[in-house]
Amino acid sequence: MSDFGPKPWIQRHWDWRAAANFVFGGAGSGLILAAALVLPLGPARAVSLPLGLALVALGLTCVWLEIGRPLRALHVLINARTSWMTREAYAGIALFGVTVAAFFRPGDWMEVLLGAFALLFAWCQAMILKASKGIPAWREPKLVPFILATALSEGAALAVVLALAYNMAGPLTYGLLALALLARAVTWIFYIAGVTPKLSGAPQVALTAVTPALLWIGTFGALVLAVLAAALPRHFAMPLALASAAFAILSGWHAKRTLVTRASLNQGFALPKLPTRGAR
Amino acid sequence: MVADLRRCVGCQTCTAACKHTNATPPEVQWRRVLDMEVGTYPDVKRVFVPVGCMHCADPPCMHVCPSTATKQRADGIVTIDYDLCIGCAYCAVACPYQARYKTDKAEFAYGSEPMESEAKQFDPKRLGVATKCTFCSDRVDAGLEKGLKPGVDPDATPACVNSCIAQALHFGDIEDKASNVSQLLAENQSFRMHEELGTEPGFYYLWDKK
Repeated sequence: MSDFGPKPWIQRHWDWRAAANFVFGGAGSGLILAAALVLPLGPARAVSLPLGLALVALGLTCVWLEIGRPLRALHVLINARTSWMTREAYAGIALFGVTVAAFFRPGDWMEVLLGAFALLFAWCQAMILKASKGIPAWREPKLVPFILATALSEGAALAVVLALAYNMAGPLTYGLLALALLARAVTWIFYIAGVTPKLSGAPQVALTAVTPALLWIGTFGALVLAVLAAALPRHFAMPLALASAAFAILSGWHAKRTLVTRASLNQGFALPKLPTRGAR
Repeated sequence: MVADLRRCVGCQTCTAACKHTNATPPEVQWRRVLDMEVGTYPDVKRVFVPVGCMHCADPPCMHVCPSTATKQRADGIVTIDYDLCIGCAYCAVACPYQARYKTDKAEFAYGSEPMESEAKQFDPKRLGVATKCTFCSDRVDAGLEKGLKPGVDPDATPACVNSCIAQALHFGDIEDKASNVSQLLAENQSFRMHEELGTEPGFYYLWDKK
């Protein structure tokens, strides 16, 4: 079988650099969203905002390294009318502005804006995948809630670590992590149930292979460790929280990397009818 | 564009004509012909299927393009502005027909040095950006300026259609009921590839008479 034969093959246009945009951008926007939701004013929040921005910037830098004409990168801003990539760029710019403003002048409304723009950025990333009609594993609508939930769970995991590091962890921080991890597991199950009947072969195998890592290690394992960390004194809690965050984050990243680079087969070509020979 | 699957013999002359006309680099084929085997032994059929940009009426590549480099002309031809394109390849993953290519460095048939003919046609604007079939829009436009009819007069017709040895490929105005392609579609049963995706491809395949 030729690599460019009629059966589906893995797209080669987006590689690890594009995956890194979803990985770091999701974690960064998730951290900013988590900070807006559960981190009180203080050093943990003060670290989380620039760290979140740095992750978003790292993701965007990775995708900038992938484009064929990097010096024209600003052209990405032209088509906000229909392109989710343009909208992601604008959401990223707005997120930078709001985060810097919230860093220096925190306030209730600023927290709302912070959370809203972080969510908007993650939403744009999810919609970028959904609008990719050429890739069946991406265009599945049930992927959108999973991308949002995985961004929040990665952000919440980072928020727990930062809160513990500055002795500010509380029930809200752990509660958000637990909620986000459960939401991620549920959205993944729905996504897999929705998409696997439409796939076959390699993408189906690649996606279903992610499930044990995401559910057992990334959800169950991370939750157990987070519960133990919440129950134990800070001295013991830190390594457990670190392990919980590592499980939550790495399993989410693994899922997104698999989605972008390994499950991204196109649909090949298909003939609904075969030509009738000798008809004319 | 209409492709009569009963007539295509898989000779790849259209592919060669396209490459010759558009000077596409190695491994880039704006007009390809798939050689498909369908069924299991002993009931096996071989089908040759010309593919490429389907110039969809509702092109997902155009909607996702962040720079508006991909546009749709009034006549339905989907084009790429190489000066605007940033080479993000979003269009390539949005295209359900794998019709888009991106070449980051200059490559020629015999390595990095072009042959004389390749050097003449080499266009550095095409490096690092998305490229695809244009339905030979320059040729169509030049023909129209001379008062010629696309799909009828060779000088106003895409190179792949002109070169087809079996008259399997046809080009014309589907909105003109008297055009060659409208007549073919009226007389024959046809389908479009991946119609369920709602992109309304402008490439029709004939498979049987009515």
